[in-house]
Amino acid sequence: MRLKKNIAVSETGFVFDPNSGDSYSLNDIGLEIVELLKQGRSDSSVLTALNSRYDIDRASLEKYYHDFVSMLKYYRLTEERPDAGADSGHNPGIQPQ
Amino acid sequence: MEKLPFERPVIKKLKAGMPGKFGMKTGVAPVTHIDQVAVSDLIAEHGSPLFVISENTLRRTFREAKRAFETRYPKVRFAWSYKTNYLNAVCNVFHQEGSWAEVVSGFEYEKALALGVEGQHIIFNGPDKSYDDLIRAIENRSLIHIDHFDEMYMLHEISVKTGSKPRVAIRVNMDTGVYPMWDRFGFNYENGEAWDAINRIMTSGKLELTGLHTHIGTYMLSADAYRIAASKLAELAEGLVRRYGKTIDYIDIGGGFASKNTLKGAYYAGTDTAPDFDDYAEAISSAIVNSQISPDNMPLLILETGRALVDDAGYLLGTVIANKRLSDGRRATILDTGVNLLFTSFWYEHQINPAQPVSDHTEETTIYGPLCMNIDVIREASVMPLLKKGDNVVISRIGAYNMTQWMQFITTRPRVVMIDAENKIHVIREKEKLETINSLERVPEHLKKFKL
Repeated sequence: MRLKKNIAVSETGFVFDPNSGDSYSLNDIGLEIVELLKQGRSDSSVLTALNSRYDIDRASLEKYYHDFVSMLKYYRLTEERPDAGADSGHNPGIQPQ
Repeated sequence: MEKLPFERPVIKKLKAGMPGKFGMKTGVAPVTHIDQVAVSDLIAEHGSPLFVISENTLRRTFREAKRAFETRYPKVRFAWSYKTNYLNAVCNVFHQEGSWAEVVSGFEYEKALALGVEGQHIIFNGPDKSYDDLIRAIENRSLIHIDHFDEMYMLHEISVKTGSKPRVAIRVNMDTGVYPMWDRFGFNYENGEAWDAINRIMTSGKLELTGLHTHIGTYMLSADAYRIAASKLAELAEGLVRRYGKTIDYIDIGGGFASKNTLKGAYYAGTDTAPDFDDYAEAISSAIVNSQISPDNMPLLILETGRALVDDAGYLLGTVIANKRLSDGRRATILDTGVNLLFTSFWYEHQINPAQPVSDHTEETTIYGPLCMNIDVIREASVMPLLKKGDNVVISRIGAYNMTQWMQFITTRPRVVMIDAENKIHVIREKEKLETINSLERVPEHLKKFKL
């Protein structure tokens, strides 16, 4: 899973989807995740980056992360990676810390 | 390196068009303290969910109402509506402030007596008064408000049998221009039934007609309806003087004043639309003062308002159990308090605030309670900040009816605490335990054992 290439994201967290014409707003952590996803980072890589910066346990972080990603999918802002496989981000389960 | 505080990530679709009716602001301010007491301390000490009552707010609201009426009418008496909240501590705050007791059942009558209210200061309303209830109320010289003819004839019978003369009023229902008209209680004004009841009382000589009572509805957003009601009762009172030379002692205008809660489906918030005590007082007082009743015989004005006096003083504290997504992507939050404790969520859009600082980011959220029942919905759609599991919330204006209509369904009821004027916390009702419930049950001998 990755963010569609033509999705515009501003540094203040404003998102514009030229496919639908819809726009969205992100909070700070949402913006950070979207930027990491735009860089092509995998789910586990994003989670590790967030886990090192924020005061939250890994299990809770994964829960909120996947909820957020499900909303990106719901708004059709993502697409599957051509090489989707082992690290596709679908229900990876709780990772040991 | 110290880690940053975490807020769950959120993406929110922006909707173009007109601003909302209350402008663009969508943030929900946290309520971290009740009076001077931290919500987090209350929950840490007494658990979640937790009912909290502010004694300061109770007394302040009562005095506000009293001032509104006493500055407009010479003789005023409030009678605390037990059904609205009959926790002993709450009742006693109102009794300390000078309220009589207004009860609607034998149970409530006993409660008032047990608290030390003298029988003559108890108003006994309601359609269900048993023979024994009436005997006791007559012996105590309580004010019995007759709801129907069957009750009137039962009182006649007791009067003949005991040689007593019960102190009674009749409850009158009427058209005050408000829909729905409450005509199931008492005797109707417009069709002459109220006069019929008065005539039977006056001609029988068995009962002492001391007052006239009405209660026109609940959550009345029109003060003018009370003006009409007071005028009609005043007309009856004046008619009694003309026809029988009888001067009644009091007019009881009942309750039903709206609190500042917002009704479901209402366009504007209750804080903007509900009349205040001055509006009600002006309508009622001026109607009686300007009636044909002689200024020398102005009856005592009794008020049974409950909701408007106690709603603001009550809070329900709760905790987020879980967040989830519904099938259409909507956010849902499950709290540990549901309709079992918040009966009024069936008709109010209760204000729910976080109990800890939150960012300005919000999501439209459906708030569910913890019950395994589909109807357990506290708010269908509420703009809420990004609450996490374990976060606390404060539900405001819940002092009326919830602590009397609560359900013991699948779990026990929580503690109720009162914060006094010095910000000291008092447990005024203990949390129920399994033994509380089991102590009422009996298992037949043949059902005591089983093998699986």
